[in-house]
Amino acid sequence: MIARLLLLLCLAAPAALAEERIVIGSKSFTESVVLGEILVHLGREAGAAPEHKRGLGGTRILWDALLTGEIHAYPEYTGTITHEILADEGGPALTGIEAIREALAAKGISMSAPLGFNNTYAIGMRPETAEKFAIATISDLQRWPDLSFGFGNEFLDRGDGWPALRERYGLPQTDVTGLDHDLAYRGLDSGDIDAMDLYSTDAEIAYYGLAVLADDLGHFPVYEAVILTRPEAAALVPGIAGLTGTIDAATMAGLNARVKLNGESESRVAADFLALSVETDEESWLSALWRNTLDHLALVAISLGAAIVVALPLGVLAARRPRTGQLLLAAAGIAQTIPSLALFVFMIPLLGIGGPPAIAALFLYSLLPIIRNTHAGLTGIAPELLESADALGLTPGQRLRLIELPLAGRTILAGIKTSAVINIGTATLGALIGAGGYGQPILTGIRLDNTALILQGAIPAALLALAAQGAFELVERAVVPKGLRL
Amino acid sequence: MFSLSHLRFSFDGDPLFEDFGLEFAPGETTVLIGPSGCGKSTLLRLLLGLLSPQAGGVAFDDAPLGREARRRMGYVVQGGGLFPHLTARGNVALMARQLGWSANRIEARLADLAELVRLPIGLLGRYPAQLSGGQRQRVALMRALMLDPDVLLLDEPLGALDPMVRHDLQTDLRAIFRELAKTVVLVTHDLGEAAYFGDRIVLLREGHIVQSGTADDLVSRPAEPFVEAFVAAQRSMLAP
Repeated sequence: MIARLLLLLCLAAPAALAEERIVIGSKSFTESVVLGEILVHLGREAGAAPEHKRGLGGTRILWDALLTGEIHAYPEYTGTITHEILADEGGPALTGIEAIREALAAKGISMSAPLGFNNTYAIGMRPETAEKFAIATISDLQRWPDLSFGFGNEFLDRGDGWPALRERYGLPQTDVTGLDHDLAYRGLDSGDIDAMDLYSTDAEIAYYGLAVLADDLGHFPVYEAVILTRPEAAALVPGIAGLTGTIDAATMAGLNARVKLNGESESRVAADFLALSVETDEESWLSALWRNTLDHLALVAISLGAAIVVALPLGVLAARRPRTGQLLLAAAGIAQTIPSLALFVFMIPLLGIGGPPAIAALFLYSLLPIIRNTHAGLTGIAPELLESADALGLTPGQRLRLIELPLAGRTILAGIKTSAVINIGTATLGALIGAGGYGQPILTGIRLDNTALILQGAIPAALLALAAQGAFELVERAVVPKGLRL
Repeated sequence: MFSLSHLRFSFDGDPLFEDFGLEFAPGETTVLIGPSGCGKSTLLRLLLGLLSPQAGGVAFDDAPLGREARRRMGYVVQGGGLFPHLTARGNVALMARQLGWSANRIEARLADLAELVRLPIGLLGRYPAQLSGGQRQRVALMRALMLDPDVLLLDEPLGALDPMVRHDLQTDLRAIFRELAKTVVLVTHDLGEAAYFGDRIVLLREGHIVQSGTADDLVSRPAEPFVEAFVAAQRSMLAP
């Protein structure tokens, strides 16, 4: 079983790179996913078989995936290219589309002509708040140091984001929270925060009737929407060229609103925009649940299975050789302290995006509890039992198999159970790097502000963790000898 | 049977035995006795080969110790050292099964041994946690005798038992030793028990042999004041 899963793991990586497919990426906000779906339809019209890795967790993940060929095309913004992607390579000094295009061409990446809208960053407030403090421009914020800000996590870190904005405008506010962009709208609406960063084509601006503060010092660069492609996406290029200048800001905001506010699928909205009367990828929630369950189970089963195979012998080694054991436990402990999202992202340069890096990260997370409990179980055996075993003339292998592992079995099993439960929960983060699973509906639900969708991921994940607990109790009954349960 | 010569052994640099020598004759029951820390249990482990001396050697039938030699020795620790995850039968038959004995041969041997140690054979299906202390020691003795060893080594086998159980078991044990006529090395700190079992008593103190002889030798002809003190410390109900 485990061997088969490992085999699958080995086969999964090359399969994602099969020739004829075009892999399209998008970021974890609605507009990016809609543009990605437009690319999918264009690809199908051109006779290719596009695959869409939707809603990946951030610019860096997409850009690295594009450079390594994990994805072949994705929508991006010129300001992000100059101030984020090329920030350390003179990007902010680049003026004009041609200069950016040349800089990207040097890396083997092609940039389309602008699609027609500038989705710049802006700062937004509830109209009542803006009116109360007489704030119309970003400069006006200087006078109110007690205002609280909630910014998207990417905005907090970007080269053109909050640090640069604060410096440029001399903003005194210290109450600054980082949170998911889509959740920030809820925070603003409920009054928990007074101002947030906006994308100027966000559907919520009109929906909540937000006041958009003028960038009076011209801090934010222009964010012309473009499509970045690799040579593998050649089939898309004529279609992308046809998009040039066809999507203005009002059109894009309208498409965003249809998805976010009307609950239509990105695929449907994208097809309508292209005036295609095609079958769209409307998936019933049941089949989505099934797909997510399979993805999630594969992530957990492969990573946990591999962790058991590796961690058990390491735990035995740790118990046999105390010094090696301390090193092993320390190393596994360090892996455990790496924040899970960071660990997932660290795996991308090594393994690309999708299942393999997620499995590798989950594997590392699952090691420690199993190694530690195997070590504890073996070292906790009463010395007179080991002495009796040796005195009987058992070989070291027989002693391990017949005496030590059965006696430590319950402790080892508890370690595996801990690993499984942690693994099931952490695997939901896999969706951020394109691994699918129950994290997918959770992320999409957050993006669309759709609680029902969030629950479609959260409830099965919790149930799966409970089921794993139950399953392990059954296994314990079967594996732990009766004599130890008296 | 056993011969120790020029043996040196220390625990973490703390010397215990220095140029130590002792012979064990076939068929003889030797009791190792002495206060805590005198090295009597360590000596037993050296005989078994569970511990290795830093210098000198232990010869078993004039051959070096090893796993094969260990299968010709039976060992019983205080409390029995029974494996809690195996039934009494599983404990006793463990090594025979590993050596490929047939089920019939194992069952026949179990029946003989149960009779010898006076354990109701029905108890063999129980786990150690379901047996009394005395029953556990009888099972441990069966396990030690299963492969019909040449030597029986016992480390305070009766230490943790209540007096009446202990008395019964002492009687049975001596009968078994006599019947089997095996070489026996028994560790105890109880002089009465030593006198009851031992053809020879070896009194140890801090890694040295203080006196070696019969119980009568120790009581009547103490080699040094420590022997007198050790004997006197064994309070008897009948003494004043």
